[in-house]
Amino acid sequence: MKAIELLTQALELIAALAAAPLFLGWVNQCRAWLQNRRAPSIWLPYRGIRKLFHKDAVIATSASPLFRVAPYIVFGAMVVAAGIIPSMGTRLPFTDAADAIALVGLLATARVFLALAAMDIGTAFGTLGARREMMVGFLAEPALLMVIFVASIISATTALPAITENLATQTLGLYPSLAFTAIAFTLVLLAENARIPIDNPATHLELTMIHEAMVLEYSARHLALMEWASALKLFNYACIGFALFIPWGVSTGETTPLGLLASIPLLAAKLLVAGAGLALIETISAKLRVFRAPEFLAVAFLLAVLGLLVHLLLGA
Amino acid sequence: MPFIDSSLSACLALIAVWGLIGLAGLLRPKSLVFVGRTLFPLGAVCGLALAVVAATSLTAPSEQAVLPVGLPDLPVHVRRDALTSLFLVLLGATSTGISAFAAGYFRRGQGTAPGLLCLQYHLFLASMGLVLLADDAYAFMVAWETMALSSYFLVTTQHAIPEIRRAGFLYLLIAHLGAIAILLSFGVMQGGSWQFTFDAMRSAHLAPQWAAVAFLLALFGFGAKAGLVPLHVWLPEAHPAAPSPVSALMSGVMLKTAVYGVLRVTFDLLGTPEWWWGLVLLAVGLFSALYGVVFAAAQTDMKRLLAWSSIENLGIIFTGIGLAVVFNGVGMHALGALALIAALYHSLNHAFIKSLLFLGTGAVLHSTGERNLGRLGGLIHRMPWVAWLTLVGALAMAGLPPLNGFVSEWLLLQAFLFAHEVPRTFVNMILPVGAALVALCAALGAYVMVKFFGVIFLGQPREPSLARAHDAGVLQRIGLIWLALGCFALGLMPTRVIGALRVVVERTSAAALPHVESPWWLLVPLPGRGASYSAPVFLIALTAVVVLTVFTVRLFYHRRARRAAAWDCGFGGLTARMQDTAEGFGQPIRHIFGAFFAMKRELPSAFDAAPRYRVSIGDRIWQGLYLPLGALVQRVADAFAWLQQGRIATYLLYSFVTLTVLLALML
Repeated sequence: MKAIELLTQALELIAALAAAPLFLGWVNQCRAWLQNRRAPSIWLPYRGIRKLFHKDAVIATSASPLFRVAPYIVFGAMVVAAGIIPSMGTRLPFTDAADAIALVGLLATARVFLALAAMDIGTAFGTLGARREMMVGFLAEPALLMVIFVASIISATTALPAITENLATQTLGLYPSLAFTAIAFTLVLLAENARIPIDNPATHLELTMIHEAMVLEYSARHLALMEWASALKLFNYACIGFALFIPWGVSTGETTPLGLLASIPLLAAKLLVAGAGLALIETISAKLRVFRAPEFLAVAFLLAVLGLLVHLLLGA
Repeated sequence: MPFIDSSLSACLALIAVWGLIGLAGLLRPKSLVFVGRTLFPLGAVCGLALAVVAATSLTAPSEQAVLPVGLPDLPVHVRRDALTSLFLVLLGATSTGISAFAAGYFRRGQGTAPGLLCLQYHLFLASMGLVLLADDAYAFMVAWETMALSSYFLVTTQHAIPEIRRAGFLYLLIAHLGAIAILLSFGVMQGGSWQFTFDAMRSAHLAPQWAAVAFLLALFGFGAKAGLVPLHVWLPEAHPAAPSPVSALMSGVMLKTAVYGVLRVTFDLLGTPEWWWGLVLLAVGLFSALYGVVFAAAQTDMKRLLAWSSIENLGIIFTGIGLAVVFNGVGMHALGALALIAALYHSLNHAFIKSLLFLGTGAVLHSTGERNLGRLGGLIHRMPWVAWLTLVGALAMAGLPPLNGFVSEWLLLQAFLFAHEVPRTFVNMILPVGAALVALCAALGAYVMVKFFGVIFLGQPREPSLARAHDAGVLQRIGLIWLALGCFALGLMPTRVIGALRVVVERTSAAALPHVESPWWLLVPLPGRGASYSAPVFLIALTAVVVLTVFTVRLFYHRRARRAAAWDCGFGGLTARMQDTAEGFGQPIRHIFGAFFAMKRELPSAFDAAPRYRVSIGDRIWQGLYLPLGALVQRVADAFAWLQQGRIATYLLYSFVTLTVLLALML
């Protein structure tokens, strides 16, 4: 284990923690521009989190200890997930302990705790949100696994850094299977991060909300952690997408200080483009009824399976 | 035979002790204190001893013995090899927790007397042990039937209730259909030698078509016990009917004897399985897994939900076995070994997890008298011990790292993932779809567990009577803690477990897992594949981040908090009835997987004087297969009924005709 690898790992975690709210702010800003609104400051998510940390927590009388523990677990799971995903370098000491399937398991852990915490108070919104989140989850999770499987089979490994390294270093070949899975992944990203067309991140009281319904009872530091965790989740998903579909720019091979330095602006550039793209998708699509969400996700799942079959048929 | 000179005789002695403990219950059949405080804890100790003996003998060479009991000229053969040892560990270790829990569980005045219950319970344990040790078809069938009968009586403990009698009858019926198939399978496997020892079957070389017949019969027979679809119908009936420790034992251990049976027949008695048998196992397993989990998600009775979830998990275990058979059949032995290890690992995991969950429901049932999810809720406040320990089981069952359920699913997915380049194109196409289905079932499993745990333990109590619920007693807690610790141990030390399973797989099937140099904390299933997982590091990292976050927040900010009523959207008067119900939680599943259910809906119209909304869910297989079959049997029986004339002269005539025909045939 070399010092530079530890440094990469630490840098990735810090970058994720620091940049996740910024990325969210960027997406919100782009969305506002596209919708002809005056954009809020890109720093707004930070101010929100800071404000929430200063407030006194109000906890419902019927809350159990699970309710108070859940934000820390959800936040912790997202931070650990950020440590698995190769966003800057592929030589990460921690990634031996958890491969891509474990990453999906980690995201599932966060989801389960979020849903359980939402059910803990026993209000209509909380349980409804939990049910819908789990509905989205049980379709999105296998779809994400299938996306990862295609990349794993191409690279003959399930370790995410090794997949990235393999895809980044080989001569530019066209993988039709990856095209299918890229679409599937985009759909999963939208659904899992509570974006339009599955959920509306801008709402706080709507009968069809999912994520906001689950965190309705949270306040102060707990809410801050939940908000930060969901920003991290979006950041992580974006980085998974980069790792699988646009792996170029990540420092591969032996990590050098130069490669590491070069990867930072490239990551920023990818995030800028991805954020704008996300805002565009959200602006041009309308929210689906909750009942239509399974169809949307079934499409994602089937596209990913199709990608796998295409890979096996064409060998590409 | 000198006394206890080998682990085989030690195992037999411990099984005999179980039998004696059972008989001791008859000494004071009405004394709950004697049975509960003395005999059941003794049974738990005996189970622990069995687990220890079997675990230490896991790598030892196999041992055989002939016991001087049984019919004249038909002595009982017993044998202990690695596979037997593994399942004895499963039986012993799981039953330790269940017996400890049972010691504090049974109450006065519930159907069968405690002493008799103790006899049935320990006979059940002993017969499962003998099933694993039996080395000839007679001993196996006797033990198998004892297992079925003793569990039948345990299921019908509350025999005053007609539904429970009905469930027991269905269980007995399917158990016997299965037993007949197993008997026939043994009949085929003796291969004309008319020797019914397993040694004779191993050396009998069957023609491929007869081997296939024997395999399919065994699959039918053991599949009926394992609850594979479409022979699953007894499971959701029998498990809720039985007392919870018995449900735990049936689901956690008895279903695994069916796994053992299939492994014994497929890999040991029949020698080298054909690759297409694996496809059959794979298809049945995957279908059972999906069918089970979809129905589990729609259930509103907590024990029924767990029963359906057992069907799912057995389906996953059989998927693993099927995958192993396919790989071994096409010569990919390393992957075959990996798939078999995944199946065995999942068997161990499921034994611990499902026992823990069933015992958790038992504690809830005891304290509230309610099995219906619609009348539970908020129990984490009243029963914290049960709730937090059940949460361990629920998270493990949901397949979340770093608990044990994740490890076996991870291994299975690894086996699926590296399965490309199977020399048969058709199989190559099927396997990714299989992987997709396993992933879907795993994700649905998480859905089921959130529903299970959330509706029972979280939220507000849905009935006022729940305010009187009390936590489990000391003995019950010990049982739950033991099983929860098992879940942690299996989850955090996968390399150790796989090290033991590797031996079992090497001795059982032709395949061996290649050895990989790795430290104890890092799990690397196959060399050169770049897949690794480390549960301890994972847990440490997660815990470190969580603890660090807690302290950072406290350091930089504050820990002030106050309690207030939940937000009611400004309307006021939130009641517990406004929570989502179990039916509601199952609604998306009913919507998405509508084709699986035979659903009857009564929707009120706007003009109804007394509007009523009612949805009932039926099993299409029950309606489409069992009811017509039952009607057919009834019709055939009716047709033969005219033979029964009720006059003695007619019956004498029948005897005379039969005799004449037989004489004519003989002469």
